[in-house]
Amino acid sequence: MASLVGSRVERKEDKRFLTGKGRYTADINLANQTYAIFVRSPHARASIKKLNIDKALKSSGVVSILTGKEIADDKIGGLIAGWAIRSEDGTEMKCPGNPPLAKDNVNFVGDPVAVVIAESLAEAKEAAEKVEVDYKVLKAVTSTADAMNGDTIHEGIDKNLCFDWLLGDRQKVKEAFDKADKVISIDIINNRLIPNAMEPRACVADYNAASEEITLYTTSQNPHLSRLIMSAFGNVAPEHKLRVVAPDVGGGFGSKINVYNEDIVCSWAAKKINRAIKWVAERSESFLTDIHGRDHVTHAELAVTKDGKFLGFKNETIANLGAYARVFGTVTPTYLFGPCATGVYEIPAAYTNVKAVYTNTAPVDAYRGAGRPEATYTIERLVEKASMELGIDKTELRIKNFPTAFPFKQTLVHTVDSGDYVAGMEKAKQMADYKGFEARRKESEAKGKLRGIGVTSYFEACGIAPSAAVMSLGCGVGLWESAEVRFNPTGQVTVYTGSHSHGQSHQTTFAQIAADELGVPIENIDIVHGDTDKGTFGMGTYGSRSLAVGGIAIVNACKKIVEKGKRVTAKMLEANPEDVEFKDGEFIVSKSNKKKTIGEVAFACYLPGVRDEMKSPLPEGDEPGLKETSFYDPSNFSFPAGTHIAEVEIDPETGHVKLEKYTACDDFGRIINPMVVEGQVHGGLAQGIGQALYENAEYDETGQLMTGSYMDYTMPRADNFPEFNIGYTCTHATTNPLGVKGCGEAGAIAAPPTVMNAVIDALGGQEVTMPATAEKVWKACKNLKKSNAKAA
Amino acid sequence: MKYFNYHSAKDSKEASKLASSSSAFLAGGMTTIPSMKLGLATYKDLIDIKNIKKLSGIKVSGKSVTIGAATKHVEVSNSKDVKKAIPSLSSLAEGIGDPQVRNRGTIGGSIANNDPSADYPSACIALNATIHTNERKIEAAKFFKGMFETALKKGELIEAIEFQIPEKSSYQKHPNPASRYAIVGVYVAKHKGDVNVAVTGAKSCVYNDKEMSKALLGNFSSSSIDGMDLDSSEMNSDMHASADFRASLVVTQAKKAVDAC
Ligand SMILES: Cc1cc2nc3c(=O)[nH]c(=O)nc-3n(C[C@H](O)[C@H](O)[C@H](O)COP(=O)(O)OP(=O)(O)OC[C@H]3O[C@@H](n4cnc5c(N)ncnc54)[C@H](O)[C@@H]3O)c2cc1C
Repeated sequence: MASLVGSRVERKEDKRFLTGKGRYTADINLANQTYAIFVRSPHARASIKKLNIDKALKSSGVVSILTGKEIADDKIGGLIAGWAIRSEDGTEMKCPGNPPLAKDNVNFVGDPVAVVIAESLAEAKEAAEKVEVDYKVLKAVTSTADAMNGDTIHEGIDKNLCFDWLLGDRQKVKEAFDKADKVISIDIINNRLIPNAMEPRACVADYNAASEEITLYTTSQNPHLSRLIMSAFGNVAPEHKLRVVAPDVGGGFGSKINVYNEDIVCSWAAKKINRAIKWVAERSESFLTDIHGRDHVTHAELAVTKDGKFLGFKNETIANLGAYARVFGTVTPTYLFGPCATGVYEIPAAYTNVKAVYTNTAPVDAYRGAGRPEATYTIERLVEKASMELGIDKTELRIKNFPTAFPFKQTLVHTVDSGDYVAGMEKAKQMADYKGFEARRKESEAKGKLRGIGVTSYFEACGIAPSAAVMSLGCGVGLWESAEVRFNPTGQVTVYTGSHSHGQSHQTTFAQIAADELGVPIENIDIVHGDTDKGTFGMGTYGSRSLAVGGIAIVNACKKIVEKGKRVTAKMLEANPEDVEFKDGEFIVSKSNKKKTIGEVAFACYLPGVRDEMKSPLPEGDEPGLKETSFYDPSNFSFPAGTHIAEVEIDPETGHVKLEKYTACDDFGRIINPMVVEGQVHGGLAQGIGQALYENAEYDETGQLMTGSYMDYTMPRADNFPEFNIGYTCTHATTNPLGVKGCGEAGAIAAPPTVMNAVIDALGGQEVTMPATAEKVWKACKNLKKSNAKAA
Repeated sequence: MKYFNYHSAKDSKEASKLASSSSAFLAGGMTTIPSMKLGLATYKDLIDIKNIKKLSGIKVSGKSVTIGAATKHVEVSNSKDVKKAIPSLSSLAEGIGDPQVRNRGTIGGSIANNDPSADYPSACIALNATIHTNERKIEAAKFFKGMFETALKKGELIEAIEFQIPEKSSYQKHPNPASRYAIVGVYVAKHKGDVNVAVTGAKSCVYNDKEMSKALLGNFSSSSIDGMDLDSSEMNSDMHASADFRASLVVTQAKKAVDAC
């Protein structure tokens, strides 16, 4: 049987999605359901003086109106930060309470204060407009850079500072800088982004008064984790009385990791009113209340020798958490950011210092890449600047500082098991025709245009998070994954995974893996995810962990099936288990060449007993049935890496940046399905290029979101992109049996510095901030013209 | 829910009769419906005019192209007749919004709305259009009064827009990257003995840039307007473009348009 791993198997989920048969949360309608509309704060910061629902209660069709008071009275818990971070001085991070419905204070535009539940959506909306809230408006803090100087947002949290965290050794860095021939320094902003999943968030909550069970259908990347948080911290219901189902989910990008206010409120309220409640976000609510991403202000320095050896690295960053610290809000700008900030280079001394601040803006949390795009942007912009200042070719300078051997003990935390960065660089250069660039630059100049080329070499830590590794760093939570492989008596297989697919094609790639492991045709394998009543506990999908963690759990569970199959075959064929081999779905006794198919073995496991023989095929100690579970906790992160090269052409008269060429050469380890990987790379690149050239979440000084719709928030479109030139190098991960590394975030990580390095190259080294909009670039072009004129 | 009455008018007369101070005509609905949904506008009556046959269609004569008010953008962009007579008009229509908007939005709705960054108003000015309503004919130069303001009276219905076919013309837009409305759009049209440089997006209302028109009438070449320093004091300024940037773009887009003529 030919191996399916590595081939372009067509997506099993496409039939459903392309024929409109997907089943998303908003498609779910329950008998006698009601509709919820949330009353949200129009102010970025205010205290609630009075909340009057009398008029609204009289509005037609209203079933119930609940406020922060009721939720507090019922002792329903608030939203939480999942990772405790300690400051450099040893103190614990400071997190404010974040009630699902605000009672006393609101802290960003969109913060919910009440929920209106009515017989129809229209009636809920109408009544919501009649809820009267008397706010005392307070001065908002909105700027990341100045947050520490603003008014105190949360009582007792001085300077709006959640933590002041350090990774690395300041003294060693100082010594390294003292020895440097040159120090390259840079001030950069990592712009705030809005994830914009195609499907807005939604939930449908149901309560069964007889079983006292709440069922919550919700747009989640991790239903089990949601249930755990809602139960343990939200106090909504004990875990066995709470079922969370995340059906088809239309994109997450990190924005659907969190348990949100609406999930908790609807679940709690459904029980209170003893009816089902449906809530679907409008797009404007998504803009305001989905978690946002990035939002760093960074000063970084690189100490170098004359001939381009890196000696030391400093990274001083202010990270905006928004109004509250959410699930991955505190780990994203620390452990997902700091360790990766030294990039793919051997740098003897380094530190990253992060001050995480609260502001009156939407909470900031993990968004595709989570910390690693910010890290890569920092180091790769700095390295590119170093190449300009040292006059060393940008690719040569990088190669000079690449590790020469693997495992590569990276400066701060990680030990990178495998890779070949030089091979990646060489291949990318060839794919991009790096040598031919100067000729192309001249051609552009002849047309009155400016052309630039930019390079990024990146690595990232995927497969979060090996318990052993993160615990040693002081994080409380490790993240393993589970899988259960179940045979039916007649030989088909159902694989339950704790990962969740919301665009990642698990139904296909995971089935490819199981098909290879078990020798069962892929049509006979179903992948089930997204329902706490079906699978065992799982951690969900984010951080490019599904394959490198969840996929390996499937492999391990399959291996246990094969082990049992060997024992059963041995018993059935009267041989020693050690003499049974498994290949292509058949158990073969090597000595006699007698065999049983895996289907026959499954049948025997479920229906033990052979007529007339009066004996069981099950060996002593083995129970009937064929079902195995694995909980896989990886020994290390996995480390995809690669080099990307972009070329832009700028019209100096309009400031328009045209992305002419984009080359991505990535090492994702073994590739299960090249077609799916291309999709992941394309999507990541679109978001990464979007960050560099188009997307920006902007608040005004009063905390109003200026880019709250697609009229002002620039989502990139297909015509913004050239044909992507994609290639691979491959070194297998040595820390997992498949040799896989992860590919979901690479594009979003590598593209922003790649594109910006190209833009800045075209502009003769002038800094522009992301996104490089026409006006910013136009201004830089004018400056360039002036300085060129002066030079001449 | 905001309740309203829906009417489908069978002819202009009925449509106009149904109109009141709290009604709107419903053409493509691409402006009306989003503004109702966002609570920015409420109406008692919506008067659907899409079923009025007379309002749709394109007619080309020797001197002019006449487009019915309820003709959709996609029909203008696909029309072979328009492409032949005034190619720049067809490409303007092709550059409006996105396919969904072009499949619904209408030329009449666009000019009645007179959004300061809409595309069609510039075509009306540049191509010396005459706006035919159920009551009268209005010259484009007198039609666009100010931001979202036109010469239309209550209940007055645009029936058709008649464009004069120029010798040469081109429309060049620098789009808002998000919405793709014009940050600045410049429509240059050379008629016999006359040049119009209609500018949209730059100020509160579309206008004809007299200074550039004059320069181009003397010498129809981009060099005659190159480096012109426009007064930016009345130009729009928002997070997408400052007034200075817009002033510069007006000249740049005008030059591009002349070069493309
Ligand atoms: C996402 C998006 C992007 C867009 N991008 C662009 C763009 O790039 N460039 C651009 O120019 N436009 C753009 N538009 C606007 C679009 O082109 C529509 O043409 C415009 O919204 C109005 O046309 P409509 O037919 O939809 O009018 P409607 O919304 O139906 O009506 C708008 C107004 O015009 C009045 N009206 C309609 N027809 C008549 C008539 N015959 N006589 C008198 N009054 C009338 C109505 O009473 C109403 O007040 C965009 C719209 C959207 C939603």
